[in-house]
Amino acid sequence: MSILIDHRTRLLVQGITGKEGEFHTQAMLDYGTNVVAGVTPGKGGEWVFNGKIPVFDSVKLAVEATGANASVIFVPARFAVDAIFEAADAGLPLIVCITEGVPVQAMMRVRSYLDQKGTRLVGPNCPGLLTPGQCKVGIIPGDIAIPGNVGVVSRSGTLTYEVLYALKLLGMGVSTCVGIGGDPINGTSFLDTLALFEKDPQTEKVVLIGEIGGSDEEKAADYIAQNMSKPVAAFIAGQSAPPGKRMGHAGAIVEGGSGLAADKIKALESAGVKVAKHPEEIPTLF
Amino acid sequence: MKLHEYQSKQIFARYGIPIPKGKVAATASEARVIADELGSRVVIKSQVLVGGRGKAGGIRLAKNSSEAEDLAAQILTMEIKGLPVRKVLVDEAANIEHEIYFGITNDRAARKPVMMASAAGGVEIEEVARLTPEKIFKVHIDPLLGLRDYQTRDIAAGIDLPREHWKTFGTIARGLWQAYVDCDATLAEINPLVITADNRLLAVDGKMLLDDNALFLHPDLSEMRDLDVEADSEIEARKYGLSFIKLDGNIGCMVNGAGLAMTTMDIIKLFGGEPANFLDIGGGASSDKVAAALRIILADPNVKAILLNVFGGITRCDEVARGILDALSEINTKVPMVVRLVGTNADEGREILANANMITAVTLVDAAKKAVAVANGELVQ
Repeated sequence: MSILIDHRTRLLVQGITGKEGEFHTQAMLDYGTNVVAGVTPGKGGEWVFNGKIPVFDSVKLAVEATGANASVIFVPARFAVDAIFEAADAGLPLIVCITEGVPVQAMMRVRSYLDQKGTRLVGPNCPGLLTPGQCKVGIIPGDIAIPGNVGVVSRSGTLTYEVLYALKLLGMGVSTCVGIGGDPINGTSFLDTLALFEKDPQTEKVVLIGEIGGSDEEKAADYIAQNMSKPVAAFIAGQSAPPGKRMGHAGAIVEGGSGLAADKIKALESAGVKVAKHPEEIPTLF
Repeated sequence: MKLHEYQSKQIFARYGIPIPKGKVAATASEARVIADELGSRVVIKSQVLVGGRGKAGGIRLAKNSSEAEDLAAQILTMEIKGLPVRKVLVDEAANIEHEIYFGITNDRAARKPVMMASAAGGVEIEEVARLTPEKIFKVHIDPLLGLRDYQTRDIAAGIDLPREHWKTFGTIARGLWQAYVDCDATLAEINPLVITADNRLLAVDGKMLLDDNALFLHPDLSEMRDLDVEADSEIEARKYGLSFIKLDGNIGCMVNGAGLAMTTMDIIKLFGGEPANFLDIGGGASSDKVAAALRIILADPNVKAILLNVFGGITRCDEVARGILDALSEINTKVPMVVRLVGTNADEGREILANANMITAVTLVDAAKKAVAVANGELVQ
């Protein structure tokens, strides 16, 4: 087992004919992901990737024709919000938005709408998901993780790759890796993902990779203290970040004295989580 | 992105929020002309993007236009928390009976906008929140429904605003909400909203923060950006689509990905060094972007060593390596470099840099330790 994606995932790519969409669709296909359709408005009827994947004008048409059950979004920020609404309205239960730079107020409207519909969104501004050996949705390099029993959840991209790679070097495999994204308002939270890992029989331990800004790590700590039976190790990036500055990710900012790395580490440690001093230490904490 | 007080208040006025009569001046003589036009006591307010202007002497009351000219002349030569005062706002002075705090911001935890008001206005709301949180009345707004009239009445009642002001307060609340939505603000704040001696509501100060991610929707607002708050290197970096923040240390960092860039700074500090910057070259960084990044780092004379840490995913290590060589062919530097390349095309990247006289590292810990040692002159290339 795994969470959210596996060999049964039938993936649709929104923005499949764009530069990023095309490049990463190839990588997902190479990994063995079952990409069943692409959507690019105005290019419906074309076939791409040597005639293997049909392109549709809308998500609704693509779902009707192919039975897609998940979507990954590679469209530019200007169009990403509409792409999420379209995927939700077509009834897809899982939407993964890779796009960076989505306006925050628009994301609040998206969240409010998706919560009412019960649609799960991962991201935006995230690297996506990887269930090693089965399915890759997004941009996480496939060769840096092997199948196993560690669940990984992270707000970051390349920092996650560091951790996956460190686990692999010690022969530790991953059940599913979930990149929830670096924006202040996102779809799936740490807490949501931890709940899924707690229920997943394949996952025996969990790595949480957080960073400065917001209070999601503190909420996760509360959840871990009260609900998790599986051991959790963590790393929090941004201990040396100056206050008031946005550290690359839109959500990575210490504002008015809140969102500090030290507070997050303290909350996690008091919930019994072992917090690593640096990412390469994580695999040694279990 | 931060807007100045005068810019924020001009926006508020467009949404029907009453603001004092006033204009912006860049010189003392302009300030005098404005004060003459207003023909009353005026407040001279420095327009700089930091808090604590009043305490620093950047907000002064003038009885007449010649005093206004003198005070403006003084304030326009000031620096407040390192920022030069280039403009002053000359506002008609209000006779203040009572000060209220009123603002809207994004509540990250609730994932909704929150409207906040407090009868304890005029002081920093963070202070009120810390010391007497019960004095802040909050209402969350469904972003799909928008602000409803009953919510504005709830807020008015919640801060014990006299009923005679509820109607005007409703207008101000709707205006503030619409300004916040239309500008894609992350904060729209009136502090204080005052009740004047002649019993009017007036927004005497205003502040707006805008969502950087939404600026592409608002070219007119983007043009209001004040470049004084950013280091030259940060402005230069933005041109190349690089995310760069200048810091005070001596180890320059070049990393792909924001989380890994923060982690690289943290680990340098963990092993006793000080990072000179935060720098994310982004996903899929091309070689000219990498070259620009290297130039920006090397422009800082404090930099004694550079740590290049790239975990190739979308970013290809060979492309980064080529960018480094390109930059080094233009810039003559003796600053030593520690290089760690992992992931996509790492072997090719290492090969490209093999003859470039760089210190290589395999793990992150190894790279950080070497960078610290090099910066301290303990390890030589």
